[in-house]
Amino acid sequence: MTAAIETTEAGAPIKREPRFSWLWQLLRDPLGCFGLILVLLIVLAAAGADILSPYDYKALDIKARLAPPSFEHLLGTDNLGRDTFSRILHGGRIALYVALVSVGGSLVLGLILGMLAGYGPRWLDNLLMLLFDAVRAFPVIMFALAVITVVGPSLETIIFVVIVTSVPGYARITRAATLSLKNTEFILAERSLGAGTVRVMVSHLLPNLIAPLLILASMDIPVVITIEAGLSFLGLGVKPPTPSWGSILNDGYSFIRNTPWLVIAGGIPLIITTLGFTFLGEAMRDVFDPKMKKDR
Amino acid sequence: MADNIITVKDLRVRFRTAGLVKSLIKRIDDPFIDAVMKVSFSLGRGETFGLVGESGSGKTTLGRAIIGLVKAQEGSIEFNGKELVGLKDGQFRDIRRNIAMMFQDPVASLSPRKNVRASITEPFRIHNMGVANLGEEARRLLDLVGLHQGFMAAYPHQLSGGQARRVGVARALALEPKLIIADEPTAGLDVSVQGEILNLMNRLQRELGLSYLIITHNLPVVRHVSDKLAIMYLGRFVEQGSTKEIFERPAHPYTLGLLAAVPEPDPDKRRDKLELQGEIPSLMRRPSGCEFHTRCPFVQKKCLEVAPKYEEVAPGHWASCHFPFPDPANAKAVPKGAMTGDGYIPHVDGHTIEAGNKRQRF
Repeated sequence: MTAAIETTEAGAPIKREPRFSWLWQLLRDPLGCFGLILVLLIVLAAAGADILSPYDYKALDIKARLAPPSFEHLLGTDNLGRDTFSRILHGGRIALYVALVSVGGSLVLGLILGMLAGYGPRWLDNLLMLLFDAVRAFPVIMFALAVITVVGPSLETIIFVVIVTSVPGYARITRAATLSLKNTEFILAERSLGAGTVRVMVSHLLPNLIAPLLILASMDIPVVITIEAGLSFLGLGVKPPTPSWGSILNDGYSFIRNTPWLVIAGGIPLIITTLGFTFLGEAMRDVFDPKMKKDR
Repeated sequence: MADNIITVKDLRVRFRTAGLVKSLIKRIDDPFIDAVMKVSFSLGRGETFGLVGESGSGKTTLGRAIIGLVKAQEGSIEFNGKELVGLKDGQFRDIRRNIAMMFQDPVASLSPRKNVRASITEPFRIHNMGVANLGEEARRLLDLVGLHQGFMAAYPHQLSGGQARRVGVARALALEPKLIIADEPTAGLDVSVQGEILNLMNRLQRELGLSYLIITHNLPVVRHVSDKLAIMYLGRFVEQGSTKEIFERPAHPYTLGLLAAVPEPDPDKRRDKLELQGEIPSLMRRPSGCEFHTRCPFVQKKCLEVAPKYEEVAPGHWASCHFPFPDPANAKAVPKGAMTGDGYIPHVDGHTIEAGNKRQRF
């Protein structure tokens, strides 16, 4: 039955992939490209807020309060005569700061805890799952209100609340993926070669878990930005005079009979951010799952 | 026994079927199943041992127990003079440099996000070998298994089954192990590639003096490669001996059935072969007496009650059957299909016992 002769070269060699091919793939997808542009726009605007903003975001110009957009004030002014455009730019900085820190924090914590739950001993899994379910049972805003009432409103409180409430989500996804990978042959093969737990987790589980989580994180960023805006809208977020999209929206809401521009100026960046990160997340999902690559 | 690379004695692997609390509540006395039960064999240096059985017969579990992926409860595994049963994970590390395992699915046993180069040099990194030039080693290993250097940067999903299998062989060979446990080395490969892989394994055995434990359900494969052979059924060896002996003079009816199930390339050949019917029974409810009696075409009254001893039927040839085959008197003892008219009713709760082509439920 083994008449076949052993060949020295099985098949043709495979072409090497260029290093940043994923970026090209992302840019080839129109939605991904659009998302990336929006995200870059937001990030650059927030990062360059000091250079780009024409006025100090705290400077009052009482004579021109509630002014409509003009060349002098690109997005008009608010009820105290502050330049809305400058406040939007600086508000973006706050929003992104909260989003990145809390999403990053919950991603890292969720990954670690989820992998421990999935790969570790059974009792640890049960304990962690109990904890996650308990935390998940709190409604985010209610939990936030309770914590803020106790600790007082601040940026750090918001970040803390977001991390606590979103870690279970990441951890659950990580755990589920870890459980399904745990008994696959390549993990068994690694163990049979003598790899220890840490090596298996960091070097073999992590690369297979990280892609779906990064995508989830990218889609979570707008959610967190909305939470921050929502809490600031309620007056429980950042303290004035620090600008936030939420507090700008709140001002706009109070003066909606005088001018629509505040609501528009506060709402548009939220929409752009949500769209940008969501499109980017979806495009990343298509690119980073090598099994779904079309041109192969 | 100094010339044996591995000696397994009365090895037993059990799996828990119900948790501690559940088994207390439901009063399950024995919340375990025996995946491998009292198995003994030995394998000399440079030899190949074939382990044959249907799915669920415990052959993969036996292989995994040897390399410590599942814990063995009883018995002993002596590898190179060292006892492996009862070793802690940390102590197993060094053993794993000398035993390598190849897994069933060639593609799935490679880490999906590591390229070939990273996969085959992984063993050096795991054991902190301090190899100065990993690229050099990777090239040497690819050469050894006859793969083109261009595969270095390929990912598992870009490889064919045969290519992935070669990568698996290269990874297994990286640390120059003495024993390779190959779990279904030919599964999922088409026949010409199977041949290539087996020839490759044969060549490497000659060149590097490897010993193989080959786990398979493919009898032609073991016939081609192995020196010794064991047939597993429900976690036990039912027959064991040299490959030649077993293929020429099978003693156990199960072996006979397996041999008869190998497809013949000759369409004109008469098909009055022995057919094994029914399913392999559940490990949770082992049949009484001889565990094979539910499917044995030659079943007798004694088989239902008394478990046969695992005895030597010829020098170096062991089988557990009350009526082993080489004895012509036994072969004629019960003609096919006669067992139901014999005045006794083969009875095992819930099992369908097939006699001839008639299905009867007792």
